[in-house]
Amino acid sequence: MALHFELVTPERLVLSEEVHMVVVPGTEGEFGVLEGHAPFMSTVKDGALKVYARDGAEPRIIQVEGGFAEVSETGLTVLAEKAA
Amino acid sequence: MASLKELKGRIASVKSTQKITKAKQMVAAAKLRKAQAAAEAARPYGQRLEKVVASLAGKVTGDNAPRLLAGTGKDDVHMLVVANGDKGLSGAFNANIVKAAIVKARMLIAQGKTVKFYLIGRKGRAVIARTFPGLIVGEYDTTAVRTPGFDEASAIAHDISARFFAGEFDVAHLFYSAFKSALAQIPTEQQIIPVAVPADAPASSGAAVEYEPDEESILADLLPRNITIQLFKALLENMASEQGASMTAMDNATRNAGELINKLTIEYNRSRQAAITTELVEIISGAEAL
Repeated sequence: MALHFELVTPERLVLSEEVHMVVVPGTEGEFGVLEGHAPFMSTVKDGALKVYARDGAEPRIIQVEGGFAEVSETGLTVLAEKAA
Repeated sequence: MASLKELKGRIASVKSTQKITKAKQMVAAAKLRKAQAAAEAARPYGQRLEKVVASLAGKVTGDNAPRLLAGTGKDDVHMLVVANGDKGLSGAFNANIVKAAIVKARMLIAQGKTVKFYLIGRKGRAVIARTFPGLIVGEYDTTAVRTPGFDEASAIAHDISARFFAGEFDVAHLFYSAFKSALAQIPTEQQIIPVAVPADAPASSGAAVEYEPDEESILADLLPRNITIQLFKALLENMASEQGASMTAMDNATRNAGELINKLTIEYNRSRQAAITTELVEIISGAEAL
């Protein structure tokens, strides 16, 4: 029960790990991605990405700028111009 | 034959040149490793973005397609974006890129197209300005930053897209040097506007993908980013190529300097020996005369 999550910036692959859930600040509202999410593509507005390593765990917050998210059968990929 | 003092001076001068080339070679070797790592680290983003753009571009066609993808419908004015380095001492690195751009420009002009230049980096400006006076419409100065990064690529991309939307040109080509190895850097031409979609676009997986907002908006958002990333990639490749070319050129220069020093040293020793022999002969014949 894990979602493969990758965060990529032009400079490098920031993160590539198995997590429980990621909440992404989409342009048309936040959305959470769990394992087995339907294929989905969305632009991401500048804001905080919340990464839940386990169910109920404290989220890890990553600020992203200029992003784009893609959910496919292999997991969630967030492309961001800046991540911190 | 040159005097002893002259030879000594030349040897000293070649030696100091050798010191410079050797230092530059070592610096380039160290920088090359870093530049190569940076180019590799940037690859995943470019690959993923390209995949997404390719799969979206297949879906959005016709009148809805954004202008960055479809182009202006004309093919008259070509913008050549030439990415060069800022520094010399790197062999034929800058010259090769400029040469490729000039060949392309000549070809386009022969076909009756209008050519404009947009230059990145300081090198190559003089040659292009001399060959095609008045055709340079813009340039981006990278001398202020030590290593051109994503912010620079983004600024350049904005400038170029703005010119595109202002109708300054129809097609943009990017010239840079692709890094193969420290020995081989290949001057490369790439069309950046309209965005060239790879022919072997991956067939979308069977599942229906949901888009938020719609495909057109996402594509319109991604295309400018794609141009930025292409420029960023070119800048990184250029950096690695520049260091590679520099390393090879400086290695050769160091070796040549070594050879020259050997030759001059032999000549110096010979002249010294000749001077001593002459002196001895003079003394001996003087003593005999007594």
